[in-house]
Amino acid sequence: MSATAGIAVHHHRDYTGSKIGMWLFLFTELLLFGGLFLLYSVYRAVHPEDFHHAAMELDKLVGTVNTLILLTSSLTMAVSIAAIHRARKGLSLVCLALTIGFALWFLVNKYFEWGAKFDHGIYPNSEILLQHSHGEILFFGLYFSMTGLHGLHVLIGAVVLFVVGIKLFKKPFETIEFDGRGLKQLTGARLAVVDERGGRLWSSDTIDDSVKAVEIRLKYHPVRKRVRKEDYAALENSGLYWHLVDLIWIFLFPLFYLIT
Amino acid sequence: MKKKHAEHENSGYGVYVVTWLALLILTAITVTVSGMNLGKVSVLTALAIATIKGSVVLAFFMHLKYEKPMFTVMFYIVLMTLAVFIGLTFFDILFR
Repeated sequence: MSATAGIAVHHHRDYTGSKIGMWLFLFTELLLFGGLFLLYSVYRAVHPEDFHHAAMELDKLVGTVNTLILLTSSLTMAVSIAAIHRARKGLSLVCLALTIGFALWFLVNKYFEWGAKFDHGIYPNSEILLQHSHGEILFFGLYFSMTGLHGLHVLIGAVVLFVVGIKLFKKPFETIEFDGRGLKQLTGARLAVVDERGGRLWSSDTIDDSVKAVEIRLKYHPVRKRVRKEDYAALENSGLYWHLVDLIWIFLFPLFYLIT
Repeated sequence: MKKKHAEHENSGYGVYVVTWLALLILTAITVTVSGMNLGKVSVLTALAIATIKGSVVLAFFMHLKYEKPMFTVMFYIVLMTLAVFIGLTFFDILFR
């Protein structure tokens, strides 16, 4: 297809539109967690002493380690997107795999953290917890529901990133459509496939007025150079979701683990 | 806008590493401060540092700094909505 220079290759994609759609979704997520943060702050205002005592029982070290894990996963996510911008598919996929690895590590830590609480008899509606003061019961209720909902988001984020990564890894086909203007420029020409040294491997009939559309279907192996600018959207949007998960944790961490 | 988009594409690995380092330092500060018994101030400092960290994530990792200003405006609208809800709720709680 290099024979016909100057043809506008038209991709039916809307960068800003897809970004707006993703951000609107993220806003609903922010309001969802915002409601829970509101609940937390109201109960904290009503039971300051109980929240203070209950927060002491949480393991600050696990919380800090999980914070570092999520911050670092945000870095690998951002680097993965920056790599795809530079058409470095290998680096992008490695960083994506690291991000998913950090997500799983976070969840494993969460599992042990919750497990330790369960071993001490602290879980929603447990007999030991019900003997605590009203405010402490509320604190642990909020702790389990908010970190639980956040953990669910971590899991969903990891699955989304995995799916996007697989798609990026495979990506064998791409259809390029010429717009009408491009077709007019093609009239009277032939399409040809040329090898590296300029040898003609195949050529089409002359394109005349009877041709209404030219469709070129390319099949290639997933070479890193083949990732196009337009392929960013899926990775960028799932990246935005991942950063949001990090953003929410940035507020969960001090509220549950630090303010004692 | 064209220029902004070009910047966006050029935002390099270095920027992200610096962002990450800044977030690590802020985390270290907030954990250290929580160890000291500052009383009421500790809540404020923890939330202030979390807000700074959140802004850094939004600006650099989530590209709000490089996107069209519309995205930032939309974000502030959501933030204001949340602030109104929180404000009205506390107005009710505190004067009950």
